Amino acid sequence: MKPIRIALAAGALLGSTSLVAAETLTIATVNNGDMIRMQKLTEAFTAKHPGIELEWVTMEENVLRQKVTTDIATKGGQYDVMTIGTYEVPIWAKQNWLVALDGLGADYDVDDLLPAIRDGLSIDGKLYAAPFYGESSMVMYRKDLFESAGLKMPPAPTWEFVADAARKITDKDNEVYGVCLRGKAGWGENMAFLSATANSFGARWFDMDWEPQFDSEQWKTTLQFYVDLMNDAGPPGASSNGFNENLALFQTGKCGMWIDATVAASFVTNPAESQVADKVGFALAPDNGLGKRGNWLWAWSLAVPAGSAKKDAAQTFIAWATSKEYLALVAEKEGWANVPPGTRKSLYANPEYQKAAPFAEMTLQSINSADPTEPAVDPVPYVGVQFVAIPEFQGIGTAVGQQFSAALAGTVTVEQALQNAQNLTTREMKRGGYIK
Amino acid sequence: MAREVTRRRKITFTVIGWLIGLTLFFPILWTILTSFKTEGEAIATPPSFLFFQWTFENYFEVQSRSDYLKHAMNSVVISLGSTGLGLLVAIPAAWSMAFSPTRRTKDVLMWMLSTKMLPPVGVLVPIYLLFRDFDLLDTRIGLVMVLMLMNLPIIVWMLYTYFKEIPGEILEAARMDGATLGKEIAYILAPMAVPGIASTLLLNIILAWNEAFWTLNLTAADAAPLSAFIASYSSPEGLFWAKLSAASTLAIAPILVMGWFSQKQLVRGLTFGAVK
Repeated sequence: MKPIRIALAAGALLGSTSLVAAETLTIATVNNGDMIRMQKLTEAFTAKHPGIELEWVTMEENVLRQKVTTDIATKGGQYDVMTIGTYEVPIWAKQNWLVALDGLGADYDVDDLLPAIRDGLSIDGKLYAAPFYGESSMVMYRKDLFESAGLKMPPAPTWEFVADAARKITDKDNEVYGVCLRGKAGWGENMAFLSATANSFGARWFDMDWEPQFDSEQWKTTLQFYVDLMNDAGPPGASSNGFNENLALFQTGKCGMWIDATVAASFVTNPAESQVADKVGFALAPDNGLGKRGNWLWAWSLAVPAGSAKKDAAQTFIAWATSKEYLALVAEKEGWANVPPGTRKSLYANPEYQKAAPFAEMTLQSINSADPTEPAVDPVPYVGVQFVAIPEFQGIGTAVGQQFSAALAGTVTVEQALQNAQNLTTREMKRGGYIK
Repeated sequence: MAREVTRRRKITFTVIGWLIGLTLFFPILWTILTSFKTEGEAIATPPSFLFFQWTFENYFEVQSRSDYLKHAMNSVVISLGSTGLGLLVAIPAAWSMAFSPTRRTKDVLMWMLSTKMLPPVGVLVPIYLLFRDFDLLDTRIGLVMVLMLMNLPIIVWMLYTYFKEIPGEILEAARMDGATLGKEIAYILAPMAVPGIASTLLLNIILAWNEAFWTLNLTAADAAPLSAFIASYSSPEGLFWAKLSAASTLAIAPILVMGWFSQKQLVRGLTFGAVK
């Protein structure tokens, strides 16, 4: 009997140690270059933390959003770390769905995070998600086309200059279009661009009493400007173009300018993918002299849902993935140009990074010039540059986006689109109890 | 003269048939071709049809990033399991409704169909909560059950129409010849019902294989089938079309091959009810 008992005890011991050893974190993340790189570096983390294993669930952005929202709202507990954006963090933190990140460790250096990004991820001074990479938007332009048209792009252009230049560069017979802008309907698609642009035209989504403002003169000017510019100098079928479509157009030499996410800079300057890699210049997003530029602010960030049973291990992982050491690790393995941008001051002070990433300075300036707490010229009751951080916004933003996309396609007039947007937003805000 | 017309007509129909077939198949063919291109060639305009540098790099990349076999295995288990379980429930149900209908049979059938009219997202949260409480989230058994329930109305309806085609007179004749109930089922009913059951089985395996709402929302890492595998390669910020195509090709390959081998059965089953 004795050997059996010993064997049983040994088995139980082994079983319990393997249970301790196999604390597995399930991480939900989006499918983009920086995240995939992190996934490939899993071993560097597990070698340092042998008690934690990582399981990745990679998903397209919209699928991910639906999945993690369902899971966190029902406290399903399927994920221990979630990749979420600056839109979700303030809403979810207020619902007590997220764990405050106070276990990141003494050497995390939270003051090194870029202030604009940190503010967007904090509620009452407490950090609820750690930024993995941050982005703003800027102008990417073709230096060769500008030169042959006798134009010179200023580092901080106005909308007037951009519109003029776009019309001059356009050569429809040779399929060269002055400017490529988002037209595909969606709160994160055309409305990201148009909401940010509207800020620079002095427009805003809501006044201080949450009354929708689409009937304002500023919105009319914004939308008319956009539709006219795209009709004169945009590619055909622009109302179905999103980030990827414009990226493909720009990389194949069909756009003179493209105003979009700063993260695109590393794609369009990569000779393996882009036919115009050595001809791209960068400038700040345009303004109208009103004190606000048309650039947005976004940060893909890592957060711990309140339903997770492994909160400490999850914070250990987040501290690693968003640390300075992680940036150095990526630089060592893949080169400085591939380091996730837009989160830490120290990265932009690093001369090696500045040398490897010609767009670094412009990215930093773009991020610093965005203010999510005061996005518009006039005061607003909401947080968010290219979105309004209220739960209703996804639905409203997409419905308004459909109206604006239709205006671009020419199926409704600018006035009709704005009127419809005003009506539907008013209806939803009444339903949400913001206005009577 | 008459033969001439027939031949010409035959040729016309063949050409039209091929044209429609090729048009329908073209997106799949294009996906397969794109999966062998580099990311740069995948977005090139004008696109090259066959004359590009063929590469297997995307398949290697997909294989190194995710566990295809695990996802494929999940797909097989979930689609076969849900269809098998569905048939177990649906065959007796359809049988009784076809051969001994009551006053309410039609209403019951309509009610079953009406459950398909609700958009699935409408019941996502209740089902998610049930799954959470019964520890079924991210399990194959949970998905087998939910997909079985989703497809059950279709299975019952298909089987019901097939069973209705079997004339009651044949059964009566067998009874006249002294067949017992067991013999009646084994020698008369079963052979006549098998083609209908087989095509229902095939169609539902395909439906379950392609299902991409519940399989995406109720799984995370362990039970995720090929639909989640594809979703992990789609990206709104970054051009990964070649990799996405490689992942899609890998995901549809098994079901495509199965469809190929069973197409006769499928077509026969699907057109069966039309010839009345």
